[in-house]
Amino acid sequence: MEAFFKEAVVPHFNFWIYVIIMMIGLWSVIAKNNLIKKLIGLSIFQTAILLLYVSLGVKEGASIPIIDHHAAERSLVGDAGAINPDLIANPVPHVLMLTAIVVGVATLGVALALCQMIYKDFGTLEEDEVLQKIKALHDDV
Amino acid sequence: MSDHLPVLVLLAPLFGAIAIGLFGMRDHRVCLPVVLSALVLSLCCAIGIVLKVHAGGTLDYFVAGWKAPRGIGIVLRADAINSPILVVIAIVAILAAVFTVRHAGERDTEKTPHFYILFLLLCVGLFGITITGDAFNVFVLIEVTALTSYGLIAIGGSKRCKVAAFHYLIMGTVGASFYLIGVGYLYLKLGSLNMQDIHTILASNESLADSRAIRTAFVFILVGIWTKMAFFPLHGWLPNAYSYSPSGSAAILAPLVTKVSVYVMVRMMVSVFGLDHLEANVEWGHFVVWLAIIAIAAGSTMALAQREIKKMLCCLIIAEVGYMVGGAWLGDPQRWGLTGTVYHILADALMTSCLFLAAGAFAKWHGAAKLEDLSGLFRKMPLAATGFVVGGLAIIGVPPTCGFYSKFYLIRGAIEAGHWVYVAALLASSLVNAVLFFRIFEIAYFGKNPVESHGHGDDHGHDHESEPVVRREPPLHALIPLLAAAALVILLGLCNGTVVEFIRTGLIETATVVSTGR
Repeated sequence: MEAFFKEAVVPHFNFWIYVIIMMIGLWSVIAKNNLIKKLIGLSIFQTAILLLYVSLGVKEGASIPIIDHHAAERSLVGDAGAINPDLIANPVPHVLMLTAIVVGVATLGVALALCQMIYKDFGTLEEDEVLQKIKALHDDV
Repeated sequence: MSDHLPVLVLLAPLFGAIAIGLFGMRDHRVCLPVVLSALVLSLCCAIGIVLKVHAGGTLDYFVAGWKAPRGIGIVLRADAINSPILVVIAIVAILAAVFTVRHAGERDTEKTPHFYILFLLLCVGLFGITITGDAFNVFVLIEVTALTSYGLIAIGGSKRCKVAAFHYLIMGTVGASFYLIGVGYLYLKLGSLNMQDIHTILASNESLADSRAIRTAFVFILVGIWTKMAFFPLHGWLPNAYSYSPSGSAAILAPLVTKVSVYVMVRMMVSVFGLDHLEANVEWGHFVVWLAIIAIAAGSTMALAQREIKKMLCCLIIAEVGYMVGGAWLGDPQRWGLTGTVYHILADALMTSCLFLAAGAFAKWHGAAKLEDLSGLFRKMPLAATGFVVGGLAIIGVPPTCGFYSKFYLIRGAIEAGHWVYVAALLASSLVNAVLFFRIFEIAYFGKNPVESHGHGDDHGHDHESEPVVRREPPLHALIPLLAAAALVILLGLCNGTVVEFIRTGLIETATVVSTGR
């Protein structure tokens, strides 16, 4: 058990955490009856993926990825006068996640608007009640 | 100018959407000319791309000239696989746009500009998914497509479409997130998001390509895309979302969104992971063909059980997705299965477009939502009914419609791969389609006189038979797209040799890239 922790969990703890958070979100999407709670789960689910990407860009002891006039003072420049990439965090995954955050916000916005419309039409946000009312609608036709 | 064709395909509908947002809100008459001119421009660009690819092979385009190393920047890449799909997207979008002239927001003409903004943004997303050469951009554009689809579904007046859109949103977001995780694992291992870079790295490093992270990435991407294309166990969102959405939305969503997702799967298989790599490292290819067989059987069975026209067509889409996934995974050495899949993407987009335009026209001008409401259709609107018949024959697979040829190539691939159950499933599904459509044709041709859309006065049937039948076709803006779609279904069937040869140059070109490792 201890060996498992040392070999599999500790060096990769970011992956464990992202999967756990993601599963919490997914569970809530599947199991919750209230539409808003489903959306909260969906947000948690998406945020977990952001966490995965952000953790990909991290390097131990690395600095922010801005190369300015003080690059030499911040000892980013190696011996040959070139930038030492080991000392700079990878900015690409972070930038990607800015896009993904925007996508997530837009999705949440659309979803909340839909919830509002569903509430106006059915007077409830509980999924089983909505489905029951739809079934009644269907039987009338 | 002609160097910029790949980006113009995207920019025309994007700026069209902005223009409608700026000017269309005040004067609704602006909307339709803007939509049509943007889409016609896209169509011209797409045809231009096809001609250029035909003349000179794959086109690469770097947006704003950022040829950055390691694929950061927006790369557009047109080859023989995706350029015909661009043309078909543009054509189907134009047909749907013409169809929606008078009833964009259905009951609510207030919403016309909103409808067209979403419509054009949807086209941007679809074009973008098809032409992009970057795995992460595919995610963003999938979400652009999905968000606009939710809007287009929920814009209808009915109560049910909102709930359907909500369910679609949940499923769609989870699917896209799975895709994103897959791309994350690829980036984690390979440090690149450019499809071609990923391909080169994987082809040159066998042990890396066989690693557990890359396999996981592939599975995540596949499951995400399957959710988006409504592959059988993940199809739950589709029937309600497409059958309760307004007819105009269904006319563009149903033919295109699932088909473009199938294209993403083909693209991932052919030019990201590489077919040779998949054949060497993926042991469960046959399992996927079996899943496809189950999808075909389930889709056909569900279609038999439906009594509403649109629901039935939605179930048929699920079966058609099964055809395409199965064809892509057959793995026959000559790649006939894959050829059939790409050809079927084109064919199915046109057939589904034809059928949904017809179903929309019947619902609007015949008051028919259920199969039995179609009685007397041939006497009331013979031309529209003929369009529907052509679409139905194409789905069944009667030559010379394109549905026959796509099935022909799929079956050829299956025979060469020795997958006889898939052959049987395709043939059985054709039989089921024949039963479904000939039942409709029978009702429409031999059924009693048209029942008025309001009353159900068929309890005195004798009076009806003596009544003269009024021939009342749907208005021209609905009839022309329907007939055009029907004509294109036949035209694509007649030109199948040329189209297939063109697609195969793309598939074989990519295959040689794999074998040389560069």
